[in-house]
Amino acid sequence: MGFGILVLKSFILRNVFLFIRRYFTFFTFLLLQGVALWFLFSYNRFHRVKFLGIANEMTGRINSQYNKVEDYFNLKEENKRVHRLNDSLMNLLRGNFEKRDTSVVFVKDTMAYDTTGLYRRYFAKPATVVYNTVNSEKNYIQINRGSNQGIRDNSGVISSDGTVVGVVVNVSPNFSQVLSLLHVQSRLVVSLKKSGESGTIEWDGKDPRILILKRMPKTVTINKGDSIVTSGNNTLIFPKGLLVGTVAEIRVDNASGTYMLKINTATNFYSLQQVHVIENIEKEEQTVLLEDTKNKMDQTLKSPR
Amino acid sequence: MSDFVRNTIRFVLFILLQVYVLNKIPHLHRFITPYIYFLFILWLPFSVTRQWLLLIGFFTGLILDYFMMTPGLHAAACVLVAYVRPFLINLLTPKDLSEFSYREPSPKAMQWTPYAVYVLVLTLLHHTYMVFLEWLDVGNFLNFIIKVVSTTGISLLLIFTAELLFPRKLKFRTNTA
Repeated sequence: MGFGILVLKSFILRNVFLFIRRYFTFFTFLLLQGVALWFLFSYNRFHRVKFLGIANEMTGRINSQYNKVEDYFNLKEENKRVHRLNDSLMNLLRGNFEKRDTSVVFVKDTMAYDTTGLYRRYFAKPATVVYNTVNSEKNYIQINRGSNQGIRDNSGVISSDGTVVGVVVNVSPNFSQVLSLLHVQSRLVVSLKKSGESGTIEWDGKDPRILILKRMPKTVTINKGDSIVTSGNNTLIFPKGLLVGTVAEIRVDNASGTYMLKINTATNFYSLQQVHVIENIEKEEQTVLLEDTKNKMDQTLKSPR
Repeated sequence: MSDFVRNTIRFVLFILLQVYVLNKIPHLHRFITPYIYFLFILWLPFSVTRQWLLLIGFFTGLILDYFMMTPGLHAAACVLVAYVRPFLINLLTPKDLSEFSYREPSPKAMQWTPYAVYVLVLTLLHHTYMVFLEWLDVGNFLNFIIKVVSTTGISLLLIFTAELLFPRKLKFRTNTA
């Protein structure tokens, strides 16, 4: 009896083993499928899975290696992005928020002459830089004074050291945009302090510390370190003799046979904070006169004598 | 080069290609991600036993899963592909094995038509199962069909391009080595 059961048991066992052996591949398949699906659904449910920690370490290392390479391709864009972010954060700094300055109110003096016979031609108003870039090719500076504070278009802007910064190009009620000297379209008539030779200064968009002064005639003697100042004769914007920069390098432009000067900016555009807006009180009169002259000359030339 | 070394190198290249090129390129469409990594399983030698095939398939899918943070998804599809592969090969290769002396599935070994059927069926299987598992999460039957068809099409294009670009050296099984 016991023997019979034993035979039966071994028979069943043998068949089970045979069965398993026969379908071993299929069972392996089912097992692996089960494991995979368990991973999948437990991940979806709990958003983490067995071995993810270890696997993450591995894939993370490989990914970071890949990123090292990929970063080079994105470097330029990333820099721009970080710079943009920096700029926006800079504007959030507490130092940028100030009370409106009402201490200086410009009232036009009806008595233009003072007792010594001098009259006021330029009037300066203080302003603070709220936004300034040097990294772009077209740098604008935003200052916290606008039309409500009496700022007008085409006013000159100088730094707290009295050196040239730029020209106001756009005015809103409480803010103004200044076309920085570091703008590829910026043109300013300047002259050598020593001899008074004038030329136009511009920027090539490369180094924020270097301006370019082209077409200086070779007859002029120029030394390194010579001062370049605003030429009051040719511009209605700046008073005469404000420092723009000093000569850093003298080159001969072979094409035109003139000097091309590299100028160190007198203003440190990197750390610009306090500026003054210079207004030419007589500018309107001067512009009207200029226009008038132009029209008159045109008419004179047209009309037959 | 031994089969083991060849296939290991191939494995690494396929995974890297899949993770850092095909998954990174801007998608043609939100439905279409080109897949080619499972070609590794399709190219494994004939001599690999079925259990090993299953294990290799499982780990291939799992490693890709860990890169793409979808544990189990590709593993399940790869195990299915690895399971079906021997049946298909039995169906599509000549029965007379004395004539048949190639190491691994290739157009040269199986003729173009059977090979194309082999690739088509396994690709379709892989994508259908994978997209089905994805579909269990977000169900939209039309999307499911479109996705299966479009991904299969793109994958087939990639696979046959790979086949034409990199014709594998014909290696014969010999008794001498």
